[in-house]
Amino acid sequence: MAQSPGNAVLAHDAVTDLVSDWSAEKEVFKVHWGKAMMWIFLLSDTFIFTSFLTGYMKVRISSTVPWPNASEIFALSFGGDPIPLILIAIMTFVLITSSGTMALAVNYGYRRDRIKTATLLFITAAFGLTFVGMQAFEWTKLIVDEGVRPWGNPFGAAQFGASFFMITGFHGLHVSGGVAYLTYVAIGVMNGRYEKKGYDIVEIAGLYWHFVDLVWVFIFAFFYLW
Amino acid sequence: MAAAEEGQQHPLSIYIGIWVLLFVFSAFSYMVDYYQLQGYLRWNLILIFMMLKAGFIVAIFMHMAWERLALITAILLPPLALLVLIGLMSIEGDYTYLSRAEFFGVDEAPVVEHHHASGH
Repeated sequence: MAQSPGNAVLAHDAVTDLVSDWSAEKEVFKVHWGKAMMWIFLLSDTFIFTSFLTGYMKVRISSTVPWPNASEIFALSFGGDPIPLILIAIMTFVLITSSGTMALAVNYGYRRDRIKTATLLFITAAFGLTFVGMQAFEWTKLIVDEGVRPWGNPFGAAQFGASFFMITGFHGLHVSGGVAYLTYVAIGVMNGRYEKKGYDIVEIAGLYWHFVDLVWVFIFAFFYLW
Repeated sequence: MAAAEEGQQHPLSIYIGIWVLLFVFSAFSYMVDYYQLQGYLRWNLILIFMMLKAGFIVAIFMHMAWERLALITAILLPPLALLVLIGLMSIEGDYTYLSRAEFFGVDEAPVVEHHHASGH
């Protein structure tokens, strides 16, 4: 692994690490194997969600019929004038809050504070459930009250429904799966299942959960705000 | 010491600070819609707040800022290929739009049944 003198000038510690990590034959990622695998899973998930969002972009650009106005469709009235996009805003804050509690859970996990870790994981899962509940409410409102279907809707471009159900549905499934995952890990933390193995699993589950929040950031921007 | 071997440990204040920032950026992006900013101002603001939120989530909450370059590049470089897909599909979308407009015409005033029927 002789380095040529020309590279030595550019060699920064991190770049040297990059080269030696990949050429060391045995272990590339010096992290818990589960963490490396979770990252690679999330990478593949990134491709799936980007494909959905790109498909949505394509049908939206192609449509000669105006795209429905999300700001009005997702407005909600609490007795007074409808507040634009309010339900989606609340869902966004719920998910961000859950990301915060998740980050704290990871931290307390490594400190081996089992009570706080499990509590924070349960709180995170509860926020996740709240999010899915609000999404179910939103879907019901759109399907039953507004008559939005995958093949058409009263507001404009027919592709709106298909894009909406596909993207938010797939994301909602991720949140639901995450709630189950977090609950499983929380119960394990409570029972001391990870005392010997170490608390990497909390960080790994956290990666998944933050990713779900990350995807929502993009959905919020491109589907609801654009 | 076993604990030193264990994963990512950072002061709680970092997480709480980022948490607050995410709230603020989300509030800002909601304000973009609430005050009905339009055109390039709207799109730029949406994208800026989106990228800031995504960046902080990945860098701090997902600890990417503290990982080694081998992991960072393995995860963050491949998605760049998606930019090609996005670029191609936006060109394709424009082409489909123009073809449809050419052959079928553009529907400027869609049937709006019960949403804001008085508006048009």
